[in-house]
Amino acid sequence: MRVLERKSLSPLLEALRRRGYEVIGPTVRDGAISYEPLSSADQLPVGVTDEQEGGTYRLAERDDGAVFGFNNGANSWKNHLFPPELSLWKGRRDEDGEIRFTEQEHRGGPYAFVGVRSCDLAAISIQDRVFIGDAYVNGDYESRRRDAFIVAVNCAEAGNTCFCASMDTGPRAGDGFDLALTELLDGGHRFLVEVGSERGEEVLAEVGSSPAEPRDVAAADAVSEDCASQMGRELETDGIKELLYRNVEHPRWDEVSERCLSCGNCTLVCPTCFCHSIDDATDLAGTESERVRRWDSCFGLEHSYVHGGSVRQSGKARYRQWMTHKLATWIDQFGSSGCVGCGRCITWCPVAIDITEEAAVIRATDRIEAVGINADD
Amino acid sequence: MSAGAAPPKLAVWKFASCDGCQLSLLDFEQELIALPDQIEVAYFLEATKGTIEGPYDLSLVEGSITTPADRERIREVRRQSARLVTIGACATSGGIQALRNFADVDDFISTVYAEPGYISTLEDSTAISANVPVDFELQGCPVDRHQLFEVISAFLNRRRPAIPSYSVCVECKRAGNVCVTVAHGTPCLGPVTQAGCGAICPSCDRGCYGCFGPAEAPNAPSLSRQLSGLGVEDVDIVRLYRTFHADREPFRSEGIAHER
Repeated sequence: MRVLERKSLSPLLEALRRRGYEVIGPTVRDGAISYEPLSSADQLPVGVTDEQEGGTYRLAERDDGAVFGFNNGANSWKNHLFPPELSLWKGRRDEDGEIRFTEQEHRGGPYAFVGVRSCDLAAISIQDRVFIGDAYVNGDYESRRRDAFIVAVNCAEAGNTCFCASMDTGPRAGDGFDLALTELLDGGHRFLVEVGSERGEEVLAEVGSSPAEPRDVAAADAVSEDCASQMGRELETDGIKELLYRNVEHPRWDEVSERCLSCGNCTLVCPTCFCHSIDDATDLAGTESERVRRWDSCFGLEHSYVHGGSVRQSGKARYRQWMTHKLATWIDQFGSSGCVGCGRCITWCPVAIDITEEAAVIRATDRIEAVGINADD
Repeated sequence: MSAGAAPPKLAVWKFASCDGCQLSLLDFEQELIALPDQIEVAYFLEATKGTIEGPYDLSLVEGSITTPADRERIREVRRQSARLVTIGACATSGGIQALRNFADVDDFISTVYAEPGYISTLEDSTAISANVPVDFELQGCPVDRHQLFEVISAFLNRRRPAIPSYSVCVECKRAGNVCVTVAHGTPCLGPVTQAGCGAICPSCDRGCYGCFGPAEAPNAPSLSRQLSGLGVEDVDIVRLYRTFHADREPFRSEGIAHER
């Protein structure tokens, strides 16, 4: 393990840029921390923190000059690996009546993601499983993901809506990074660096670092342990799949649907949700067409539309579908939970619906049957 | 559309409205005129005084029904139209003028007009669908020109219009906006309002005013509780729901629920 000085952060970003990476990292935008293209280390949110609770997010100042002293922001790396809107191909009917297709080439990247938290590393690995881990590979995702250089940052403090410790995805990054930093503030502002790949080693060599002393390693361990003990939320995962499967008719689903807006925000901020629609558009003359992929949400009626109507008509059915997929059916489908405990769905739900609370209530009142079963649900 | 066949005839009709939606159509006048083989603009007084008799393949209807004469006229338009699509908040919900539905129209008439006896009007301003069957309703005040283009294109190409009916939040997140409610505490109707505008107001750091009308499955009571939590008074909650789509459910009931 190595130690990087605070002043070496800018050279680190420079080294990544020299290697041809487009650097994406945290910066303050519109009253929140967001992962955006960075042209300079000056754009990092130095001395900024966030205060998060169900349905609220506020920025605040901190006086210790920490560079990564905040939790997850308004968007996620999904915005860059699986963009919200993507043109897939265009078609054109020529004069001779023949239709020709032009596939859209992926532009942008390769990316260097700087400041990836452990929960988001787990989220990226879940989306890898969905998009490239099977017989059918999503080419666009693959091209963005394949060369991405990842600088992970271990969280020093947990947010109020964080529960990565419950989901076993953090707070300390285990693998899946090229470099992992732990920010150390006491005894000189510096970063303990773990190297996860050969190219990580090469980049670090260009920047310059010193060997880690035992006190640096101990300080980083203490940071992670401290963070793990401060989780704002908790989610008991023991037997959760079976728990949700046998509580399909639990009255709690009715209660949560009284609050749920069906707005879809939880799915859009979720770093693992991957649902999308494929829309075709034509021009008036019927000679040009375009196929566009867009983020979609299981909270929309169209999402479950099959001939004759939508399968999930009620808000209750849609919320139950989302939460049960995330925490239970995902395990059958992909071999892991679909939740990484980042807490975004709690913070960014306008009415503060809390997945950990919903799961806890169902667990505490396990197998209470709802009166009657509505076929419409 | 097969070669040699007569192009489909398009008609555009105005009822009680501000003409803003017709202007959205005029925004792509050049594209329409450039396609004489694909579409014949047969009746569109906002654009040309030349008219061609019906029947029409596609009628776009702007405006709400507010007079006995218009109630008759829309029936005739329906009879003349193979397909009838309403465009905008007035035609789809009754419009801003549906505020009269919450008061006594005779009070307005006697206050506004010197000779109330000359005024022949209905008590309520109603959506076109309350008067005749419609084939598609395009929401928005005014409608989005790209969506209007999509609807016309879909009807001409005999496919389903790709007009999403989910919330503004979906578009807002896709646009990369930071949520104005969660991060700034700004009241916003986005969660109950239908997408289509491209989340214009939240993109400019404002809350959504609901000009695209209710989304497909809005939970207005829950949003109202959240608005109250942000400090919005009941009188202002009523105003939020009673702007462009006052008489459309669930905005109608939610407005009434917060009236004191």
